[in-house]
Amino acid sequence: MKNIFYQIFHSQKFVAGFSILMIILLILFIYPLIFPGDPLQMIGLSSFSKPGIYVSVYDAIDSEPSTMKLPDADVKRLMKKLSNEDRLAMKEWLVATGTPEDVIDILDTDGLLKLWKDSYDPSLKPEGMTLAKRNYYKRLNASLEKAFDYSRIIIATKDEETGELNEEKTVSSNDYININDVANVVYLPLGTDNFGADVAKKLVSAAKTSIMIGLIAGSIATFIGLTFGLLAGYVGGIVDDFIMFITNLFTVIPGFILLILISYGIDQDKRGAAVVALVIGVTSWTWTARSVRSQVLSLRNRDHVNLSKLSGHGLARIILTDILPYIASYVVMALILQISTAILAEAQLSMLGLGPKTTERPTLGLMMNWAMLYSAHTHGYWWAYFPVLLFIALISFSLNLMNTGLDQVFNPTLRD
Amino acid sequence: MSSNKTHHGPVCLSGRGVTKVYGFGSRKTVAVDHVDFDFYEGEIVSIVGESGSGKTTLAKMLLGLTSVTEGQIYYQGKPRDIRTRKKKKEYWTNVQAIFQDPFSSFNVFSKIDTVLLDCINMRGGRHLPRDKKIELMTEACSFVNLKFEELTNKYPFELSGGQMQRLMIARIFLLKPKVLLADEPTSMIDACSRATILDMLMNLRKETGMTIIFITHDIGLAYYVSDSVYIMEQGKIVEYGSADEVILNPKTYNTKRLISDVPKIYEVWDLSTV
Repeated sequence: MKNIFYQIFHSQKFVAGFSILMIILLILFIYPLIFPGDPLQMIGLSSFSKPGIYVSVYDAIDSEPSTMKLPDADVKRLMKKLSNEDRLAMKEWLVATGTPEDVIDILDTDGLLKLWKDSYDPSLKPEGMTLAKRNYYKRLNASLEKAFDYSRIIIATKDEETGELNEEKTVSSNDYININDVANVVYLPLGTDNFGADVAKKLVSAAKTSIMIGLIAGSIATFIGLTFGLLAGYVGGIVDDFIMFITNLFTVIPGFILLILISYGIDQDKRGAAVVALVIGVTSWTWTARSVRSQVLSLRNRDHVNLSKLSGHGLARIILTDILPYIASYVVMALILQISTAILAEAQLSMLGLGPKTTERPTLGLMMNWAMLYSAHTHGYWWAYFPVLLFIALISFSLNLMNTGLDQVFNPTLRD
Repeated sequence: MSSNKTHHGPVCLSGRGVTKVYGFGSRKTVAVDHVDFDFYEGEIVSIVGESGSGKTTLAKMLLGLTSVTEGQIYYQGKPRDIRTRKKKKEYWTNVQAIFQDPFSSFNVFSKIDTVLLDCINMRGGRHLPRDKKIELMTEACSFVNLKFEELTNKYPFELSGGQMQRLMIARIFLLKPKVLLADEPTSMIDACSRATILDMLMNLRKETGMTIIFITHDIGLAYYVSDSVYIMEQGKIVEYGSADEVILNPKTYNTKRLISDVPKIYEVWDLSTV
C-alpha cells in the first residue's frame, strides 16, 4: 500500500495534475478569506468595468495631498491623452509638411510633441488634405495645448440660494494622495461583469460550485456504474443480460441529448445545482458500468475467487473482498475522469441555458452563458469569459493528467 | 461402469454422461464429452491428460464451480444437489481443492489468518474461543512445517511459492474434507518443494482417509502415487483402471506417448516410503 502511494507521487504526470488542482483549490479557499463578501452583489451600476483598482474620486478630493515633483509626470499625462490613432495622425501631418519619415518615432511621446510644436501651423494647407481633416488637427492641437496648461483646478460648492460658487479647494498637478488615506478603494482584479458584479469573487464561488457539482455527479455516476458493472460481471446470466440491455439503451442514445431533454423537463425553479448534478450523474454512468463489467469478467474465474467460493463466502463478501479491491485503482481512475466530464457537462448545459437557476449561486457554465448573452466576446470584454474558460480548462486538464498518471502507475505496460 | 478393481470401499464421487459445452452454434466447444467415472472412498485417483484435454474443466465441474451441461454427478450414491447456497456450502465442507498456481490462489488483500479462520468457521468453529482457534491454526501450520507465529498479520504474497502451497495444505488440514481435488498441485513449484508437498498430502491422507483426485499431465507422478488412473484425451476418458494396469500395459497410442514423455529420473525416484 505504501509502495503504491510512493509510486503515485513519483509519477510526474500525476504530481503535475495534482499540483495544479491543489493550487486551484487553495485559491478557491483563500480568496474569499482575503476579499469577503457576497459574490453576486451588484457593485457596479455600469457593466463590464475593466480590471483594476478603483479609487473613489469624491473621497480622493477630501484627502490631504502631499506635493511631489516627478520628472516624467507631464509626459505620462500626455501619454494617457494621446491615443495611438492620434499619434498616427500626427505622423501623417508631419510627413505631409516635409519632416523626413525616419526622424519620427510615434512611441517617443516627448520627441513627437517637440516635432509637433515646431512644425504645426494651422494656416498651412498640405496638399490633398480635406477641411474636415484640417479641423481635426486643430482640435487635436487645442487639446494638446490644454494639456500643457498647468493651472490649478478649482473645486467649488454651489450655494443653493444665490447660485454662487464658493471655492472649497484647489488641486494642482503636483498634488498626490496616499491611496491608504482614501476611504473607498475597490480592488477588481478581473473587473465586473454584465451585472456589475466582481468577476473574481464570482469566479471563485462559481468554481467551487462547479467542482461540487462535478464531485456529486461523478460520485453518483461511479456508484451506479460500479454497482451495475459488479453485478452484471459477477452474477452473469439473466442479471447480466438485463443490466447490459439497460446500459446499451443509455449508450446508444447520445448522452448529451438525454441530458438536455431531462434538464429541459425540469422546471427552472426546481433546477438547483444539486438537481443538475443528479441529472448529470444519472446519465453518465454507462461506460463505467461497461468497463467495470469487463474487468470483473476477467476476475471472476481467477483462482482466488474460486478459493473464496470454496471457503463458503457469499456473493456480497466475494464481491466486496475478492473483486472490489482488485479493481479499486481502476474505479478511482474512472471517478476522476467522471468528475472532469461532469464539470464539462455542467458548463455545456449552462451555456445552453439549461443549467442551474441563476439567482442563487453562480457556476462556471452560467458565467460563460451570461458573458455570451451580453456579447462580451464581440466587445472585447475578455475578463468576463477568459478567466472562466481558463478555470474550466485547468480543472479538467489537471484531473485528466492525474488520471493518466494513475493509469501509468497501475498499468505498467503504459509506462514510458 | 464396471471396474475390475478389488480393494476399494463404497463409491464416493461418480459421474454418468458428464458433459461440458462452451459456447453454441458454430463456436461450440465440447470440453468434456460424456464422461463416466467412479471414485471410491479413500482412493487416490489420477486424471492424466495433455493440456486442453478437459481435465481441469472436469475438476471444476466436480467442485461445483462450473455448471454441468449434461449428465449427472453423484455424491455418496445420491445425485449431487448444490442448487442453494446452504447446500453448496455443505458440499464444499466435504469436497475441497488445491489449485495449480499458488501465487494466484490467494487474495492478496486478506491476511493469512483470515484464510485459516475461514476454514475453522466453515468447519463449524465460529463460536470457539479465540485461543482455541489459534491453537487449531498453530497445529495446522506445524503440520506443514510453517510457524504460525511468523505468519500472523502477514499477507500470502509475502511467502514463497512452496510455502503458499503448504499453506494451502494447512487449509485442507483444518477443513478435513472427504474428497480433495488437487489440480496439478506441484507443477508450479520447484522440484525440492514438490517432494515435500506430495509427502504432506500423503501424510494427510493417512490421517484422514480422504479421497484424493490428482489432476496432472505427469503420468510418472500418477503412477507412483495413485491407486487408479484415468487417461483423458479431447474431452473423453480413453483408458482407465488401476495404475499398474494402465501404465504397465498401455492400450492406446496416446497413453503410450504420455508414458514415453516421462523423464527417466522418475524411475530412480523412490516413493515407496510414502
